[in-house]
Amino acid sequence: MEQNGTYSFLYTEDDESVKKESMFRITMKRLLKNKMAVLGGIILIIIVLASLLAPWISPYDYTYQELYNVNAGPSAEHWLGTDSLGRDILSRLLHGGRNSLTIGIVSTLLSALAGTALGATAGYYGGAYDNVVMRILDVFQAVPSMLLAIAISATLGTGYINCIIALTISGIPGSARMARASCMGVRNQDYIEAAVSINASEPRIIFKHVLMNALAPIFVMATMGVASNILMSASLSFVGLGVQPPEAEWGAMVSAGRNVLRYYPHICISPAIIIMLTVLSINMLGDGLRDALDPRLKQ
Amino acid sequence: MIMDTIIEVKGLKKYFKTPSGICHAVDGVDLSIERGKTVGIVGESGCGKSTLGRTMIHLTESTEGSIVFNGEDITRVGKAKLKELREKMQIIFQDPFSSLNPRMTAYETIEEPLRISKRFGKKEIAERTVALMRLVGIDKRIENSYPHELDGGRRQRIVIARALALKPELVICDEPVSALDVSIQAQILNLLQDLQENMKLTYVFITHDMSVVRYLSQYICVMYLGQVVEHCPTERLFENPLHPYTKALLSAIPVPDIHMPRKRVVLKGEVTSPINPKPGCRFFARCPHAAEACRRNQGLVEAEKDHFVMCSRLKEIG
Repeated sequence: MEQNGTYSFLYTEDDESVKKESMFRITMKRLLKNKMAVLGGIILIIIVLASLLAPWISPYDYTYQELYNVNAGPSAEHWLGTDSLGRDILSRLLHGGRNSLTIGIVSTLLSALAGTALGATAGYYGGAYDNVVMRILDVFQAVPSMLLAIAISATLGTGYINCIIALTISGIPGSARMARASCMGVRNQDYIEAAVSINASEPRIIFKHVLMNALAPIFVMATMGVASNILMSASLSFVGLGVQPPEAEWGAMVSAGRNVLRYYPHICISPAIIIMLTVLSINMLGDGLRDALDPRLKQ
Repeated sequence: MIMDTIIEVKGLKKYFKTPSGICHAVDGVDLSIERGKTVGIVGESGCGKSTLGRTMIHLTESTEGSIVFNGEDITRVGKAKLKELREKMQIIFQDPFSSLNPRMTAYETIEEPLRISKRFGKKEIAERTVALMRLVGIDKRIENSYPHELDGGRRQRIVIARALALKPELVICDEPVSALDVSIQAQILNLLQDLQENMKLTYVFITHDMSVVRYLSQYICVMYLGQVVEHCPTERLFENPLHPYTKALLSAIPVPDIHMPRKRVVLKGEVTSPINPKPGCRFFARCPHAAEACRRNQGLVEAEKDHFVMCSRLKEIG
């Protein structure tokens, strides 16, 4: 300001300004303080690393069959035993992680992005646009998401990419609804009006002012989404529409073991435990991230 | 003397559609404000004073009427021009807790308008932001604090700095101190006054606190249910209130002397609903002097010089 200096009466002693930390560093610092989140993160990192390194660390090829040694329990040669076709379960778990994790994470990311874009704009603009978008999504949501995913993958054909597409589409209505509700709550705050009065552009208002403050529930929903999409892809494989054999996939492994659950429970149990661990660790990490991202909880 | 009018509002109306009918939040307000002055708008809650303030600077679109700011009707100008004019009209909100983005630091909030205007380079933005923080009395120490870490007074200073960043000419103060502690209220009011002197600001001061407007403003509008029922220079209003509603309002100001005899005009009944109001005087249902003549539509009458009142029974009331 030109008047700079004439305001000495308002001027208070300047203390050293508190050093500004980047949002990322603050978030990381706070995340690391949260024991549950750290534990979740560690478990997840182990699972992801193990899946990535599968071709090098797995003891057998995931298609290698020992036909004289089917349904074998855990032993020194096969730590987790073999399945009904004599394949090493540990190797298949490691390889299957690549499919399951990619499907779960990619489809959730895509549906969260698309859903948030639709939901945030619908929540911000309201009116006719909101109505049109939400009614279309209602149609999608009227069909149970599992059925929708089945219908889509049946139309597109089976396979890895189509499975991701199917899960993405069936996930959009839920995340859009969540984003919309969350943004509508923020939309009526005074700081949105203040942003209008200082001529902020609409994309800026929607992104910087509305969305940044509506992110927490969307975030939690997305982390839960990864978990549920892994389960959904398992279900798709279960009905034969997901990843096709002999490709390994956790859900498919559970469903294959189901037939002999009573006699050889180990076939089912280990992939089931891995799914559970993955889902649990993602949820723990997601919960921690949500808390770490909220400046209001800053100590 | 030639009046240098900064903003002139004519026949301004703002109606909201509600499920139970049309809410006449602002119903035919005429107002003209001289540059450099402070106009107080008083009235009880729900009388439309905040809506009037927001409609005046086109934050909410008006239903009818014209708003001429610096010679241009902002209800008619195009988007680009409106953006340009908006920089000159800013608003300070009532609640500094909801008017700051919780995810932006003090510094980021103050620099945002400068950034958006795209008129300044990086270095100049930084210089101006620091100058603004000094201007409103914010320590450099708290520049990286988030709103939730600050008290109400500091937050309101940030809000003020943001509003002043682009050097506005007209500032709508929408109950800027009513959410603050009494001790901080005085600080903020003094700050606003100093800023007005130094930056030649024009204030529209919306409040329900009569002692605050008396202290700050040269001119007062009394609003009741969307209409201005009386307006005149401040001192005259306090000396000689004419409208029955103004009389009741003034008699409700607490007096810090228990021995002072005072006549309290107590209003009966509830505020009439602003939804689909009946024709005639809005104050009819609660007015102690209501008569048949009040059922007709009323207009503002100049009762004495510069003193306008909307009441048809002025002579009878005396």
